[in-house]
Amino acid sequence: MQLNRQDLIEAYRRMRTIREFEDRIHLLNEKGEVPGFIHLSAGQEASAAGICMHLRDADYIASTHRGHGHSLAKGCDVTGMMDEIFAKSTGLCKGKGGSMHIADLTKGMLGANGIVGAGIPLTAGAALTAKVLGTDNVAVAFFGDGAFNEGATLETMNLAKVMNLPMIFALEDNGYGEATPASWAIGGDVLERAKGFGLPAQRVDGHDFFAVYEAMRGVVEQVRAGTGPQLLHIKLYRYYGHFEGDAATYRPNGEAKKVREEKDCLMLFREKVTTAGLLEKAQLDALDSDVVTLIDQAIEHAVAAPKPEPGDLLTNVYSSF
Amino acid sequence: MSVKSFREALNESLRQEMRRDPTIIMIGEDIAGGIGGAGEEDAWGGVMGVTKGLLGEFGANRVFDTPISEMSYIGAAVGAAATGLRPVADLMFCDFIGCCLDQVMNQAAKFRYMFGGEAEMPLVIRTQCGAGFNASAQHSQTLHALFTHIPGLKVVMPATPYDAKGLLTHAIRDNDPVIFLENKLMYDDKGEVPDEPYTIDFGEANFTRDGADVTICALGRMANLAAEAADLLAGQGIQCTVIDLRTASPLDEESICESVEETGRLVVVDEGNPRCGLAADVAALVATKALFALEAPVKLVTPPHTPVPFAPNLEALYVPDVARITAAVRDVVKD
Repeated sequence: MQLNRQDLIEAYRRMRTIREFEDRIHLLNEKGEVPGFIHLSAGQEASAAGICMHLRDADYIASTHRGHGHSLAKGCDVTGMMDEIFAKSTGLCKGKGGSMHIADLTKGMLGANGIVGAGIPLTAGAALTAKVLGTDNVAVAFFGDGAFNEGATLETMNLAKVMNLPMIFALEDNGYGEATPASWAIGGDVLERAKGFGLPAQRVDGHDFFAVYEAMRGVVEQVRAGTGPQLLHIKLYRYYGHFEGDAATYRPNGEAKKVREEKDCLMLFREKVTTAGLLEKAQLDALDSDVVTLIDQAIEHAVAAPKPEPGDLLTNVYSSF
Repeated sequence: MSVKSFREALNESLRQEMRRDPTIIMIGEDIAGGIGGAGEEDAWGGVMGVTKGLLGEFGANRVFDTPISEMSYIGAAVGAAATGLRPVADLMFCDFIGCCLDQVMNQAAKFRYMFGGEAEMPLVIRTQCGAGFNASAQHSQTLHALFTHIPGLKVVMPATPYDAKGLLTHAIRDNDPVIFLENKLMYDDKGEVPDEPYTIDFGEANFTRDGADVTICALGRMANLAAEAADLLAGQGIQCTVIDLRTASPLDEESICESVEETGRLVVVDEGNPRCGLAADVAALVATKALFALEAPVKLVTPPHTPVPFAPNLEALYVPDVARITAAVRDVVKD
């Protein structure tokens, strides 16, 4: 799929929506207005959008504890997500999952996940479904550099290879697994490790939407055709701490600021499309303000939405019991 | 109706269900045994031969041998169940749950609840349990209590070939994750099993003996030992009601309490570890719901709180047997 004007607008809209969503939740969390553990993905938008732009509803993704961006990029409803994060009964999971468990199977979103690496075997399962049913759907596991050292990940790289599953390993390497630098925690080279399992693997600049998009284009085409699993090593950066409230003092002073100033994915996207004359600055500004309105409305809805009823405590454990 | 082994009853259930519904798949280690090699492809049919012949009938796009890699293939079964298949995964021994518990406890069991009811998890995990094979501490456990402790899972342990087929067929048709425990000493047990498909509902205990003096509750192989004990005791003038619970989750609380209301005495036999186990759970149920029906303290017959020993003489001491059950019953009826 070549990017036309419509696609560019869509890509920017998705990335901008994620950024605004995350920035606003950051502020709301500081004011104590959202309960629970929150992990934000601001800074990582180009990966979520660059990959999900190639996917249809019937393709599956599984995400991580840092899952808002992937969910939005895969088409989850903004209001439903905001309501969920506010623990309201109108949320995507009726207020019973929260930020770490946002899911919408109708959109092919198998869930954010509170367990590092757990989404990867699940993704293999979605890929297995495609294989058994004979569709050309694919399944993408988003995971971080921390999850790259989990047994679940290593086992699944092997399983996906020997079962020839239509699966893509999207390793989003933001440099830190919680507080520990990936440069210390990952033994050996990422691409060599993947290749050791027989997976074609390539490194991508995750700040550059176009780089991710182009890499994924080739990968998804091959994986859909049944050539087996592949890995993308996407280098990017998270602007906020591991969780909300984390001062991130394990990172050197000024590191986040420098990335924001020099490699911000939205900034790079704007520069590229305006310089090439593909989109106008005014158009992008208008999109920005549309997104602000959208998020304003979502927050307003979430604040006013009803909490779950006490009786909801006991429902949805089983389909029948 | 014909006489079949426990193994044949399970195989028949799998075969009939897979014929009925093309979305049912099987996945596990050596469930064919030998795939991809130069020798026989269906060499094992599962380590106990339960799945023999299914690869031949349904092919390699329905019957998946996997690497020895429990976290990934159990997880794949969970993911497949959430996305449109009905996988029957084979976890060779329930002891191996340690290699994949996250996918069972944190994923399969919780999807429906975490996602506000917007997920289906039609997953069966068949697995072996039970001591008595001199297989020692890591191949002999009976871990139904561990699974029962986790909301969202259903836990089944059949006692007869008839129940094995009916309960497995129900498990496959159920939309919740089911842990299906098969005692490894029972695969050659024989019994009458209908040829046509049928189901046995979960949470409906089976009264296998009827007697006025004492209620014995048990599950799986222990239910058969309890019935044997009851037959022995009947000859000595002690009449036992024996309740085969069939499923630990859901638990047929009503049948247990009603029976205790009638007999006034309770012995619970269980092969699981005693601490926080099923026997303690049933005792607590009766203490909270039928205490004043009791005419004697509840007696629990379980293994000691130790790992399963290897030495055959120690293992024989470990597993509850008919002698220990009859002794316990005599004890509760003596007052």
